[in-house]
This record gives sequence, structure tokens and C-alpha cells, in this order.
Amino acid sequence: MSEAPELRDPRVIAALIGEIASVAETMDRQVVLMEVCGTHTHAVAGAGLRRMLPEGVRLISGPGCPVCVTPVDYLDRALALADLPDTTVCTFGDLMRVPSSLSSLERAHAEGSPIEIVYSPRDALDMARANPKRQVIFLGVGFETTAPTIAAAIAEAETGGVDNFLILPGNKVMPPPMRSLVEDQELKVDGFLLPGHVSVLTGWECFRFLAEDYQVPGAVVGFSPADIMRGVADLLHQVADGRSKISNLYSRVVSPQGNRVAADMVARVFEPVATAWRGFGEIPDSGLGLRPDFAHRDAGLIDVELPPPHEPTGCACGDVLRGVIDPPECPLFAAACRPDSPVGACMVSSEGTCAAWYRHERLTGTAR
Amino acid sequence: MKKNTPRRLLLGHGSGGRLTHELVEGTFLPALNNPILASLTDAAVLPELPPGRPALTTDGFVVDPPIFPGGNLGELSVCGTVNDLAVAGARPLWLTWGLILEEGADGELIAACAAGTASAASEAGVQIVAGDTKVVPRGKGDRIYAVTAGLGVVPPGREISDARIDAGDVVIASGPLGDHGATIMAARHRLDAGSLVSDCAPLNGLIESVFAAGIDIHSMHDPTRGGVLTVCNEVAERSGKRLILSETAIPVRPQVRAVCEVLGLEVLGLACEGRVLAWVHRDQADAALDAFRAHPQGAEAAIFARVEDAAEGAIPVVMETEVGSTRPLDMLSGSDLPRIC
Repeated sequence: MSEAPELRDPRVIAALIGEIASVAETMDRQVVLMEVCGTHTHAVAGAGLRRMLPEGVRLISGPGCPVCVTPVDYLDRALALADLPDTTVCTFGDLMRVPSSLSSLERAHAEGSPIEIVYSPRDALDMARANPKRQVIFLGVGFETTAPTIAAAIAEAETGGVDNFLILPGNKVMPPPMRSLVEDQELKVDGFLLPGHVSVLTGWECFRFLAEDYQVPGAVVGFSPADIMRGVADLLHQVADGRSKISNLYSRVVSPQGNRVAADMVARVFEPVATAWRGFGEIPDSGLGLRPDFAHRDAGLIDVELPPPHEPTGCACGDVLRGVIDPPECPLFAAACRPDSPVGACMVSSEGTCAAWYRHERLTGTAR
Repeated sequence: MKKNTPRRLLLGHGSGGRLTHELVEGTFLPALNNPILASLTDAAVLPELPPGRPALTTDGFVVDPPIFPGGNLGELSVCGTVNDLAVAGARPLWLTWGLILEEGADGELIAACAAGTASAASEAGVQIVAGDTKVVPRGKGDRIYAVTAGLGVVPPGREISDARIDAGDVVIASGPLGDHGATIMAARHRLDAGSLVSDCAPLNGLIESVFAAGIDIHSMHDPTRGGVLTVCNEVAERSGKRLILSETAIPVRPQVRAVCEVLGLEVLGLACEGRVLAWVHRDQADAALDAFRAHPQGAEAAIFARVEDAAEGAIPVVMETEVGSTRPLDMLSGSDLPRIC
């Protein structure tokens, strides 16, 4: 990639660690910072950053992995749709292994269900064009980052008259669960590392409420080790000084208002709806539903029979997603629940907190 | 295209009758020309083996797409088997070549793969001495699958084994890692990966040149499926030693990193089809690196890991990250699935 080398320079990181440690020493308690973006989870774990922080700073992961926060009944519905005649279900790859109540997309695929992995909703639209006699249903999950391309595919299907292209709406937006997190009595988050990719689309101003309504600081950061450590240092300074503002440390790509073209496309196709998050329950205005004009493309309105939703016994994904516990505190972690046999959703995607911990944070114990 | 190559494969091309005969005589024999194969007897009767211990291996090839930048399934079917012999310390001699073709497959594709098989065999200095062709009904296979078996001989006095790996060894990669896997994934997803091509190549020439330079290689592996992650974890398990990789020393092309970024793949989980990882004692590290780099296929060789004794309960394979931290390296779980964002 074309990122500047200083963003990965160990000397730059060492200097930032020194700065973080010196501020942490002045604090009389541990400071809890949360990242809420799967790519941050992955980047922190991949570079081993958590291990470099002083004890006074705890960096936890929030509900930033789109696969992980997708509730089990969404998958149950996707599997039921795949059983309909002349229907193909298209999905992003990392939903494949997430356990549903009774199975998973991967298992159903092996049993012959017409389920296809695509890299983009456009691929699913192309499939619908090429197979006019089949109904092609795209599983529309993700955050603000995937919503514009899904909206664009819907708009293109409309103008192109591709009547057999539908989606199962499951997109979510970040600010509402963050409000839940700062209101959570069980969890005390001192500051947020705000998601870089999401902010490119939304702009950073949508996170102002954290600082203004709740006096919790935030820092929009990129994904290199130096970006992340600069964010940690910024938040720590703010906490130590009793300040709270939203710092945009990713100004090379993030603006206050974000990408208006993308926002307009999303607003044309989607509207805010209440939706359920794994670990949080239903949160008002936290999902994107299709506007009534597009109801004929809403596979969620198709009547299918669903099994009673079943969450695996003992699975603590909900607490992990809210940052209440770290993965090793879950009794299933690295025992019954491993990346090759995930029990909970957080162990599935490489962005999942548990998978990232399993793969990158453990330095003792057997690897397999 | 050879004038006798069929335009489309028919079920009859696998029937053993006239069409099979035409396919073999018209397409395969001209490409793979050698007297043992040309005798078309039920079994290839081979000359006596040179001194040493015989080594035998087999491998199946099902790559999609079958023709990719830098190679094709035919070349791969030779390189894969030649390399499995070579990393065991054997000198590859003879291969068999079995084809499972899909009814309707493009004759030119089959001819191209036969030509690739021939050129790779020639480069490796091996002969294809026996073959078989089957055709399955349309939809029961994907154009072309190949299975090869290879016979070679480990010369007297050569001992390549994970049991010889010890604390104090270093690990050399013969070239940049992941080129093949990234090329295939980019082709499959129609990504423009620029000048990136598969590393698919026979390794026996390179490996023999390193032996000829007097290097005592303790063990070797070719990081094919599962990539470096799988090889390192398997080696750690078998040898009981700990491997420590240095992120900054791992040779990876920028295009390969870019493909991984876009598709959400793990670089070290990508397959190579023309790279060898070699374990040598650190006292021979510089000499070994020079020996690898003296051969055109090893020009970009690098030392990227070291071996230590494993403490009780320690994770067996770890990476020192570029920012100065460490993290464990596990095998991939299942197939490496693309991430959402």
C-alpha cells in the first residue's frame, strides 16, 4: 500500500508509547479506551499494540464487527430464504461460518443450498441479470461503509428493471450503539477510538454528541500502528486534562461532513429503523431499512418459517461486544469456541474480537 | 493449436476408443515426447535407479482459473510434484500424469496445459512416463483436473528431516512469498494486480545448486496450501522447537500485500508454488543465503525466522511485528474468507 513509512516506524511507535506511559503515570486509575471498528480490532491485534500499552491503559473492543453484531434470527431468515424455490442467496464471505439457530450458511451450502459468496452487491446484481428466472437475494450487512454500494445496487436494479434482485436489509449505523455504550452503567468507557472508514463516509461531526452530551472524548484515527497510538495518546491527554472533544486525527481522508454523494445515495434507498444488535438488543434508529418505494426488493417481507432463535449456551459474545469482558473471560474461549469451530459470532470473522484475540493476543497455551 | 486437438472435449475422448487414441496421439504425445511414454505400454518400465533411497509422492491439481498469469494447471501439476520430491532432498526423475477432463472443455485449454506440463518437465529435467485420461459428464468436474505422481532418489548421505531442526537454526525463504496465491485470488476476483505473476516453477535446480555449494540443509518445505503459516506450525509441532518470525524480514511484494488488503486475506496463508523454506544452522546462514542468491530463482532469498527451544506452554510460532511487539501465528482456520470491510 502507499501509506507513509513513518506510520509503521518502530521509533515513532516507541516515542508514542513513551508519551502514553508518562501520561498514564499521572493518573490514579486505569483508563479504559474502546475502539468500535473491526478493522481497528484487526490492526491492533495484528501489530501486537495492546501488549505495548502500559498497565494504566486498557484498550477494549466494542461492537465494530458487522458479522458479530448481526443477530441470530437474521441468519435464520437468510437460511429460510435459501430454501425457497428458484432462489439464490448471495453473501459477503465472513457471514458464512456464523452459527444460526440450527446451522450456518457454510453448512447449508455444503448440504446443497444455493448460497454464493460475493465481494460486492454488484456481483449479486450481475448474477440476477444473468439468471432472470431466479430470485437473487443479497444479504445486506455491514455498517455505513457497505450501505452506499448496496444502495447503489438497488438503484441500479430499479433503473435497469432487474426485478429479481432483492436484499435482506441488515445494515447498521454506529452512533446509536455508542450512545448505548456511554449510557451503560456496567461499563465505563473513558474515550473512543472512532472508526476511520465509517468516518470517511459519515464525517466526524456525527460523533460530537459523545463529547457534548456525555463529556466522553473521541478520536477519529486511521489504521496504521502510528495512527492508532496517536489516537490513544490524544484520548489519554484529554482524560488526564478533564477535556472532551472529538479530535480528527485522520484528516487526510476524513472531513466534518463526510461523503455527501454516498450519503445521498443511502438516504434515497434506506431510512433509519430500530434494529437488534447481538449483545445490545433492539436500538432505535440504529438500522437501515428499505424505504417503502423499494418494498418490492425487501426479502425481509417474504413470509418464511423461522425456528425459535437459539443462542449457544454459555456464549458471552454479548458481553464481549459491549466491552464488559475480554474474550479470555468467556468460559468457551479457546476451549469449545475456536476459529475452526466457532460457537459465537465474535470467533468467526478475522475482525471479531474473539478471533483477533485467539489469533494474535495469546502468547501462552497451545496454538491449536 | 495442434491440428489434431479437438475443439471441445467429448465423453468419447475418455472412452478408451478411437477418440482417446486421437487425443493422446494428437495432443499429448507430441507435447510430452519421450521414448518411454511413446511406447504406450500398460506400465512404464524404467531404467535402474541411481544409488540412494527412492522417494515417491503424489498430488492433485484443481486450480481455478486453470490458466493464470505466470502459468497454468499443467505447469503446476509438474512443479507441485517435482517440488515435493526436491524439498525431501530427492532428485526427481519420472512423473505420471493423470487427467480428469470435463465434457465440453475447450480443447485449446487442454493443449495449453499439455504444453505447460511439457515445458515444466523439461525445465525440471524429468520425464512424464505414464498417463491416463478420463472425461466426466459436463457439470461433474471443472474443465481440467490433473493428478501427478513422481519418483525420485535421495542421494546417499543426504538427510533432510524436521528432526534435524534445532535451536540456533535460521529459516531462509528462497524468494518473495505469496505470489502464486495472490495471483490466483486476483485472477479469480478480476482484480488488476499489475505485473504480479505466479511463482510456479520447479525448485530442484535451485535446491541442487545449494547442496552443491556445500550447504548442510537440515530441513526444507515448500509452502503450498496453507502457506508459511501451515508449514511453520507443522514444523514447530514435529520438531518440538519454537519458530520466531521477523515481520520486517519476510519477503513479500507490495502487489501481494495490496491484493491481501483488498480481499481481506492473510499474506502468510497464501500458497507459493515455486518457493522453498530451508532450515540451516546460523553459522552457515550467510553462506546459505549466498548460495540461494547465486541461482536466478533464489535472487531474492531472505532469512526471515529463527529457531529457539520451546518453553513449556509457549505458543510455538510467533512473529515479532514491525512496530516491535509480538503476536502468535496460528494456522488458517478453514478457507480464508473475505472480510466485509
